Amino acid sequence: MHELQVTQRILDIVLKHAQANNVTRVLSIQLRIGELSDLEDEWVQKYFDYLSKDSVAANAKLKIERTPVVMQCDACEHSFPVNIKEIKAFQCPECESKKCSMISGREYYIKDMEAI
Amino acid sequence: MEEIRLIEVKEDIMSDNDAVAKSIRHRLAEAKTFLINLMASPGAGKTSLILKTHALLKKDIRIGVIEADIDSMVDAEKVAAQGAAAVQLKTGGFCHVDAAMVQKGLNNMNLGDLDLIIVENVGNLVCPAEFDIGESKKVMILSVPEGDDKPLKYPLMFSVCDVLVVNKIDYLHMSDFDIEAMRERVLSLNPGIKIFEVSSKTGEGIEAWANWLKGEVISFVTTD
Repeated sequence: MHELQVTQRILDIVLKHAQANNVTRVLSIQLRIGELSDLEDEWVQKYFDYLSKDSVAANAKLKIERTPVVMQCDACEHSFPVNIKEIKAFQCPECESKKCSMISGREYYIKDMEAI
Repeated sequence: MEEIRLIEVKEDIMSDNDAVAKSIRHRLAEAKTFLINLMASPGAGKTSLILKTHALLKKDIRIGVIEADIDSMVDAEKVAAQGAAAVQLKTGGFCHVDAAMVQKGLNNMNLGDLDLIIVENVGNLVCPAEFDIGESKKVMILSVPEGDDKPLKYPLMFSVCDVLVVNKIDYLHMSDFDIEAMRERVLSLNPGIKIFEVSSKTGEGIEAWANWLKGEVISFVTTD
C-alpha cells in the first residue's frame, strides 16, 4: 500500500543520522513496527534498495522487529499480549474485565543502525 | 579494518506527518473549526452520509467538505451541488490522505466561515488508519454488505476510530450480518468507540448520528 512513502521517510531519517555521524556506509537498520501495521517486510526492503542505491545506505539490510499487540486492563492494570486477528472478543485474564486499552502494536520506529 | 559502529536513531517514522497534524490541530483550535476524518471502503456510503448530514445540520452549523479522490471530481461536484463549501484533493494515486494534503485543502477554505469540516478520505480500510491528519474525531463507516468480519481483517482501523457508523442497515434482513457479534468484536478492540446504526437510504438512525455530531461541534466551537 503506502510502503514507498514510508520507505522514503526511513531513508531520509537514516541519511540525516549518517551525515551527522560521518558515516561512509550503512550496513543495517533496526526498525520496530507494530503488528497492527500492514506493511510487508519484503516490499519495504525492495523499495529501500531502489531508493537508496546511490547513497551511503545502499545495500543496507532492514531488520524489522514486529512488536506484538499488548492490551492493558483498565481495571487491574494487568497487561497481556493478544493475537488480534484470531480472538473475537477478549477480556483480562486476571480479573475478566472487558475494558482494556491497547498499549503496544502501532509502533513505527527506527531504533538504531550499524555503520562504518 | 574499519570499525562497525552502532548509531542510535530513536526516531518515529511518522514524525513529519505528526508534526504537520499537530500544527493543523492548533490552527483549527484557533479558528474554532471541528474536523472529521471520515474513512471507509469504496462504496460504504461516505458521500451519501455527508450529503444526509449536511442536509440535516446546515441550518445550525456551517459545514465544509474536503473530498479526497485518487483522480476524480465526482464527489466534490455532488457535495457542492447541495450547497456545501467543497474542496477537491486529488491524491494522485496515493491510497490515503496525509496531513500535508489536508493542510493544502485548508489553505483553500475560509476557516472563519466554517464550524465543521468533513474530510472524505480515500476509500480504503488499511492505509488511512495510519495517518493522523489533525482531525478532532476519526469516524469510520462499515456497511452491512461488506460483512461482519471486517473488524477481524482490519483491526487497526477499528481500533483507532472514535465513531463507527454502521450503514445500510436496511439490508440487514437480507444478509447474515450478525450485528451483535460485530459490536462485541469492535468494542473489545476499542471499548471507547461510539456506534451508530443508520441507513442513508431510508434515513433511519441518521438523526441520532447528526445530533451527536452537532453536540460535539457546538461544544468545540463554544469552549474557550
